[in-house]
Amino acid sequence: MILDYNLIWENLPLYFGGALITLKVLLISLFFGLVLAIPLALMRVSRSPLINFPAWLYTYVIRGTPMLVQLFLIYFGLAQFEAVRQSVFWPYLSSATFCACMAFAINTSAYSAELLAGSLKSIPYGEIEAAKAMGMSRVTLYRRILLPSALRRVLPQYSNEVLMMMQTTSLASIVTLVDITGAARTVSARYYLPFEAFITAAVFYLVLTFILTRLFKLAERRWLAYLAPRKY
Amino acid sequence: MLHGYGSSILEGAWLTVNLALTAMALAIVLGLIGATLRLSPIKWLARLGEVYTTLIRGIPDLVLILLIFYGGQDLMNRIAMALGSTDYIDINPFVAGVCTMGFIFGAYLSETFRGAFMAIPKGQIEAGLAYGMGSAQVFWRILVPQMVRFALPGFTNNWLVLTKSTALISVIGLQDMMFKAKSAADATHEPFTFFLAVAGLYLMLTSVSLLVLRFLGRHYSVGIKAAEL
Repeated sequence: MILDYNLIWENLPLYFGGALITLKVLLISLFFGLVLAIPLALMRVSRSPLINFPAWLYTYVIRGTPMLVQLFLIYFGLAQFEAVRQSVFWPYLSSATFCACMAFAINTSAYSAELLAGSLKSIPYGEIEAAKAMGMSRVTLYRRILLPSALRRVLPQYSNEVLMMMQTTSLASIVTLVDITGAARTVSARYYLPFEAFITAAVFYLVLTFILTRLFKLAERRWLAYLAPRKY
Repeated sequence: MLHGYGSSILEGAWLTVNLALTAMALAIVLGLIGATLRLSPIKWLARLGEVYTTLIRGIPDLVLILLIFYGGQDLMNRIAMALGSTDYIDINPFVAGVCTMGFIFGAYLSETFRGAFMAIPKGQIEAGLAYGMGSAQVFWRILVPQMVRFALPGFTNNWLVLTKSTALISVIGLQDMMFKAKSAADATHEPFTFFLAVAGLYLMLTSVSLLVLRFLGRHYSVGIKAAEL
């Protein structure tokens, strides 16, 4: 027999532990990424260049450089500076998990901000005019009309971003995290079974992709029902 | 500032550009094959194209790279051994990188090409055939020039993602600019400086690509009217 799956079977707990790490890193970075993306998106739709430009530059630079470089800049790079090593943040910044989450959050914030800005711009102007006619202030307009609508409408594109992010978290294995890919690398190195080890990781990611796709379908049915084609 | 590692990183950058271009060429070929498969009237061929795109898009690039480089090499050797060969097969990281990247982005491009193909009115193909063109002539003279226009936005996106993904190939030991920067960073203990330089080079690469592709987009949209909002 050319393939040997017994050892993989015995090491499945390692993969499940890895899947938990993958999900943990994914959820943390998505949460902070989205929190960062909302103000960025609001800046991106601003007509004032002073507000728009910094956000444009941020998303342009982040989207124009590889994730791996960003991760290395934060994880390896920051240690170069004495001031960083002396600071109170050092215990966090020397942790691979913290750095990975931070790098992923920064990365996804740039992509999500652009998606959200696009969604904000595509809101039918009638809704905005109606809100103004009701005498809403700018803040109320954003809080009650624009943001809820934009966040709903962005769901289909955002689900793509989440899937991309889930795949991106595999880079965490390069900075020593034992996520699904990390588990596969451990198994591969320990027993020298690279093919079986990475195929198993691929299956785990496919299953996660499938589950996430289903969840987003459900979310769309819940929050985008009013945009769905009519069913007879 | 770069302690004499500048030229070594530039050499790596050249390798990165080569890798990206070669992989893209392969991806275009695979993407066209994939799109043809998905549009095929023969059920199982269409199914095969669908499985290819769905599988590849559901697995992280890094896992595919590791799978093909380490797993593929190991599997080939096991098969060779089972067949009685004693030679050890060694895959070159550049070849592995081109194959993996080409394979991955072929799947993404096949979706782009499929969309572009479907955006062309069927009547034009029929008109071409009615004029007595062969199907190859219809493809090159009628479909390709228009597909370029429809496919350019998706193509631009894929090209940018591919360029950035090449950084991952350093993980399997290809001496691209990421690898060179990592070595320089380890030797000088100045990782931030070197990774920042690499980030700058990548940003240059993506910016130039955007400009070139925008120019191409304008070139292929000559004579197309767009409604002003």
